[in-house]
Amino acid sequence: MIEVNGLTKRYGGTTAVKDLTFTVRPGRVTGFLGPNGAGKSTTLRMILGLHEPSSGTVTVGGRPFRDRSRGLRHVGSLLDAHDVHGGRTAAAHLAALAAGNRIPRHRVAEVLQEAGLAEAARRRIGGFSLGMKQRLGIASALLGDPPVLIFDEPLNGLDPEGVKWVRDLFRRLAAEGRTVFVSSHLMSEMEHTADQLVVIGRGELIAAESLAGFSARGTRSDVTVGTSASSVLEGLLAAEGATVRVEGDLLVVTGLTSVQVGEIAQRHRLPIHHLSTRSSSLEEAFMELTADSVQYLAGESR
Amino acid sequence: MTTTNDTKATRAPARALGGTEPRARFRDLVTAEWIKLRSLRSTWIAYAATALAVIALNVGTAYDTSSHWAEQNQEEADFIRNGIPLQDAFTVNASMIMMLALGALGAVMILVEYGTGMIRTTFAAVPARRSVLAAKAVVLTMTATAFGAFVASTSFVLTQAVLNGKGVGVPISHPGALRLVLASALLAPVSALVGLALGTVLRHTAATMTASVLLLFMLPIALSDDRHWQATLGHATPYRAWLKLAETGHTPSPFPWTTTGAWTVYALWAIAAAALAITSVHRRDQLSRRHHPQSPRQLPGPRIPGRPDSRSTRRTDRLASSERPRVASRAGTVAAASRS
Repeated sequence: MIEVNGLTKRYGGTTAVKDLTFTVRPGRVTGFLGPNGAGKSTTLRMILGLHEPSSGTVTVGGRPFRDRSRGLRHVGSLLDAHDVHGGRTAAAHLAALAAGNRIPRHRVAEVLQEAGLAEAARRRIGGFSLGMKQRLGIASALLGDPPVLIFDEPLNGLDPEGVKWVRDLFRRLAAEGRTVFVSSHLMSEMEHTADQLVVIGRGELIAAESLAGFSARGTRSDVTVGTSASSVLEGLLAAEGATVRVEGDLLVVTGLTSVQVGEIAQRHRLPIHHLSTRSSSLEEAFMELTADSVQYLAGESR
Repeated sequence: MTTTNDTKATRAPARALGGTEPRARFRDLVTAEWIKLRSLRSTWIAYAATALAVIALNVGTAYDTSSHWAEQNQEEADFIRNGIPLQDAFTVNASMIMMLALGALGAVMILVEYGTGMIRTTFAAVPARRSVLAAKAVVLTMTATAFGAFVASTSFVLTQAVLNGKGVGVPISHPGALRLVLASALLAPVSALVGLALGTVLRHTAATMTASVLLLFMLPIALSDDRHWQATLGHATPYRAWLKLAETGHTPSPFPWTTTGAWTVYALWAIAAAALAITSVHRRDQLSRRHHPQSPRQLPGPRIPGRPDSRSTRRTDRLASSERPRVASRAGTVAAASRS
């Protein structure tokens, strides 16, 4: 369980994260979404005690992470797959992490196996592809068998097989009752992975709810209608309070249901050759909700 | 999102390691730091190269002395024997090279973590940062002491063997010989700890190397021995302390000091450096070295109206985030170069 309460981080005059409050619960995969620069990585670093909040608190399992003397048995994390020394072998890297946390040595081989890196254990990390480094980072997160796992953009650089492995792994970890918190700037990545979503934009919370709830909230359904008397129907619909715009020879109507549009057309005896409802995808819901924050944010840091 | 899955939420995770966490021990961190240090090929190369350079310099000087050694009568030979053989056993030049090299090696131990971003992996695994730095200091002290002991004793044995070719070598029981070997051996850990402290505080390779040269090398040379305050300050530097301990016979000085004082300087520098390294990591944010390829931070162009000036870079908490990758990536470049 991760509890974020009124979390704020300022760097000089820039506010990277502003008054964030949300809870990440065990037993499910929670996606942490936001455009680039929304403050995701800053938030994750504060959860892990790497950055000190300007104000607010964050606890993992009821305690600030910094208060623990050893971390890996409490929180496993992958913040940046490049946060390793390229001169070490994968096995030596994990062995050092395991030793410091008093984790038995056999876990190193186990997590390497799990991550599909058993063959590469004796190779220097410097020669790894990004995908392999992501796998190594995930392996190190699993090392301490922790109840809470945090991943920052874990799918970057993974091949399709790797993506599938990661998704299955996250689901399994959640099913085992662990808290799994995964950040991404792509909704499409989360669509098939997360049960819950925490969405931020410009450092502020936009939504913290279930995937279904989020997609319903953001959904704007349009009605597309085709008629030979476009301009007449356009006027009629506008008079009913709908927003209408022309797309080719079709009208796209917002604010009325397809049934209402059909009835209006019938009442005025207008011929209709096309009538359909178009609901926005999750991706669109995400874009819509974060649109404002993105504009201001281009060029801002996370 | 609160009620539906509460049964799941309260269920304890399936654990592969067993539920109870073993007590945290400091020696586990020492083991971890030792694994980190020895698993880098660059560590071995750097220490071996330094050892070779220092020993070669001493033996070379001894060879030079012996090849120019003219036949002298017994009285003259005895007189010279009280000075020259010990000067060759560990030369001033060798001590300077060792001091600077070990300062750099001590600094690299932490700079390489900042440079690669490994520091965040380290601190996320062990949130007790001061313990991590204390473990680093312990491993560095042990490694550098072993290195110093090897280099100083090997230098002594080899140089005296060379000089014995002309019958002028001295045994370790010679007055001042053991002190010289000890002082030279311990100059290694003292310098290494100073490097570690500077690297931890400055976190920037070029700045650290410059500060290390200034502090360990330039300062003791610049300070005169003729004014009281300069002499006092000078005596408080490790290099001058080594000179005092390596002294053979009596060197006249307007402000004499004792070998006990010199040993105390060694101890105080080592303790102060370790303390500085350990305490300075506690509250500071761990900066990012690089950014994701798609990150907007990488985009060029002016922004950041609120960016603080460079003087505030040591107060990292107030550091504009945009400043971070730039500062850190420079360290990364140099560290990357020093790794190969």
